[in-house]
Amino acid sequence: MTLFVLIIQRLLLGIAILFLVSVLIFVGTEILPGDVAQAILGQGATPELLENVRIRLGLNESAPTRYFRWLRNLLTGDLGASMVSGADIGQLLGERVWNTLLLAGVTALISVPLALMLGLLSAIKPNSLTDRVISVVSLSLISLPDFLIAIVLVMIFAVKLGWLPAIANIRPGLDFFTVARMMVLPVTVLVFTVLAHMVRMTRTAVINVLSSPATEMAILKGVPRWRLLLVHALPNALAPIANVVALNLAFLISGIVVVETLFNFSGLGRLMVESVTTRDIPVVQVCAMIFCAVYVLLNLLADIIAIVSNPRLRYPK
Amino acid sequence: MNTDGPSSVIKKLVSDLTLTPVICLLVLAVVVIVVLFAPLIAPHPEAAILTDESFSLPDNVMLLGSDFLGRDMLSRLIFGARVTLSVALTISVIAFVLGCALGFFAAVKRGWVDSILSRSVDALISFPAIMVALIVISALGSSITVLIVTIALIDSTRVFRVARALGMDIVVQDYIEAARVRGEKMGWIIWHEMLPNALAPLAAEFGIRFTYAILFISALSFLGLGVQAPHADLGVMVKENMQGLLYETYTPLYPALCIAIVTLSVNLLVDWFLKATDAALPDEL
Repeated sequence: MTLFVLIIQRLLLGIAILFLVSVLIFVGTEILPGDVAQAILGQGATPELLENVRIRLGLNESAPTRYFRWLRNLLTGDLGASMVSGADIGQLLGERVWNTLLLAGVTALISVPLALMLGLLSAIKPNSLTDRVISVVSLSLISLPDFLIAIVLVMIFAVKLGWLPAIANIRPGLDFFTVARMMVLPVTVLVFTVLAHMVRMTRTAVINVLSSPATEMAILKGVPRWRLLLVHALPNALAPIANVVALNLAFLISGIVVVETLFNFSGLGRLMVESVTTRDIPVVQVCAMIFCAVYVLLNLLADIIAIVSNPRLRYPK
Repeated sequence: MNTDGPSSVIKKLVSDLTLTPVICLLVLAVVVIVVLFAPLIAPHPEAAILTDESFSLPDNVMLLGSDFLGRDMLSRLIFGARVTLSVALTISVIAFVLGCALGFFAAVKRGWVDSILSRSVDALISFPAIMVALIVISALGSSITVLIVTIALIDSTRVFRVARALGMDIVVQDYIEAARVRGEKMGWIIWHEMLPNALAPLAAEFGIRFTYAILFISALSFLGLGVQAPHADLGVMVKENMQGLLYETYTPLYPALCIAIVTLSVNLLVDWFLKATDAALPDEL
C-alpha cells in the first residue's frame, strides 16, 4: 500500500468522523424536552404563537430535513442567529475565534517545546534526581484544578504585586503591549495545565524508544549521546509524541473554557459557557462544532505525521 | 501478570510504604471521617449567615473567616467536600461497573460485539470530554442526575478501553481456556477468572478516574454549569467567592486547595500502588 493511498484513507476517515460529530451534536441538542419554540417563548406561550415560531424556524419538518439544512447552512457559512439575542452567530464569532486561536497558539508554542525538552530530560536518565523531580512536579500539576493555579497566580502577580492585570478582556483597538500584558496570566495557567500531561507522555514514549534493540545497538556502537537522542531516538519517538500533543488538545480545550471564563477573556470558550447557561442552542451547536472539528483535524494530522515518520505503520499487521 | 498470592502483594505494598503514601493515607482518612460525620464536625450549619461582613477575617467563631454572604467558610467547606466527593464517587463507580462489564464482555466475545462496542467508544472519544458535557447540559440542564450520568458515561469510555486491553491479555491465558472447556458460563469466567487477575491495574485506574471525576465536576461547577443552588460543592464555592480576590482574602483559595489535597493524595497513592504491585496500565491515554 502506498503512502498516498493511506493518507487519502485517513482523510476520508476524518471527514466521516466530522460528519458523525455533526450528527451527534445535532442529536445531542435535539433531546431537549419540548422544543426550541417553547424554549424561546417560555411559559406564557399561546398555541398560536408557538405555531408561528415553529413555522418560522422550520421546526415542523422532520429531524433529518432540519439536520441537512443546518449542515448545509453551516458549510456555506450561514451560521444562523442566536436564540437569545437574535444576533448573527457569524458576527458573534468573528473576533472571538481569533482571540481563542491566539490564546491556544501562544500556549502551544510555549508548552510543546518545553514539554518535549522536559520529557527528554527525564527520559535520558530514568530515576535520576532530575527525573524524579520532574515526575513529582508534573504529577502534582495534573492533580490540581485549573482554577487553583489561576487563583494563586492572580493573587501573587495581580493582587499583591500589581504587575499584571487580573482580567484579560482584550478587544479591538488595544495596542500590542497591553494585549501582551493581559495574555501573560491566562497563557501561563494554560501552559501549566497542558504541560504536565505532555511531559509524562513524552517521557514514556522516549523511554520506550530508548529501550528498543536498535537503540541498544547504537549505544554499543559507541554513538555519542546527543547523536543517539537526536538522530536515533527522536525520529522514532516522533509518532508517539505527535499523538501525545494531539491528545493533550482535549486538556487544552477544557483549559481554554475555564481560563477564558476566569479571566473574562472574550473568546469562543466563554461564549460557549454563556450560551450553555442561557441555553442558546444554535450558538452552542456552532461553538461545539468548531472545537470538535479542530480536535478531529489535529488528531488526523498527528495520525498522518505518525504514518509518514514510521514506515512500519504503513503495513498493517 | 502478577502470579504472587494476595498476601505477598500486601507485604510488598507495606514494605514500599514510604513517608509520602503514609501521609496521603492519613490525609484521606481524615477527609473521609470529616465528610462522613459532617453534621457533627462542622461548627455551624452550612447555610447560616453569621455576620453581615463579607470575607471577614478568621476569628474564634469562624476559623477560616466568612464567605461572600457572611457564612462560616469552614462549615461550607466541610459540606461542600461532602457533595463533591459523593458525586465524584458515584460517577466513578458507575463508570467503572459499566466500563469493566462492557470491556471484559468485548474481550471475551470479540467479533462483531467487540467491533460495535469499540467503534461506539471511538465515536464518543472523538469529542473532547468537556464538549460532550456542555452539549448535554445545554439540552437537559444541570440536574445532579444529568451531571452524574453524563460524566460517568464519558469516563466509562476510558475504563472500557483499559478493561478491554487487560481482558484481551487475560483471555488468551490457559486458565481461561481451561474454564471454557470445563463449560463455565461467561459471567462466571469474567467474575471469577478475569476480574481477580486484572484487579491491581483496575484499582489504580479507579483512583485515576476518581480524581478525574472530582476535577471535572469541580470545573463544571466553577463554570456555573455543575451543581446548582441550593446545593453547593467545592467548585461552586470557588466561583462564588472569586470576588474576594479583590479584597485580598484567601477565601476562594480554600475550596480549591481542598480539591487539590484530595486529588493529589489519591494520585500519589496510585503511583505508590502501581510501583509496589508492579502493575501497569495499558497505554496512557
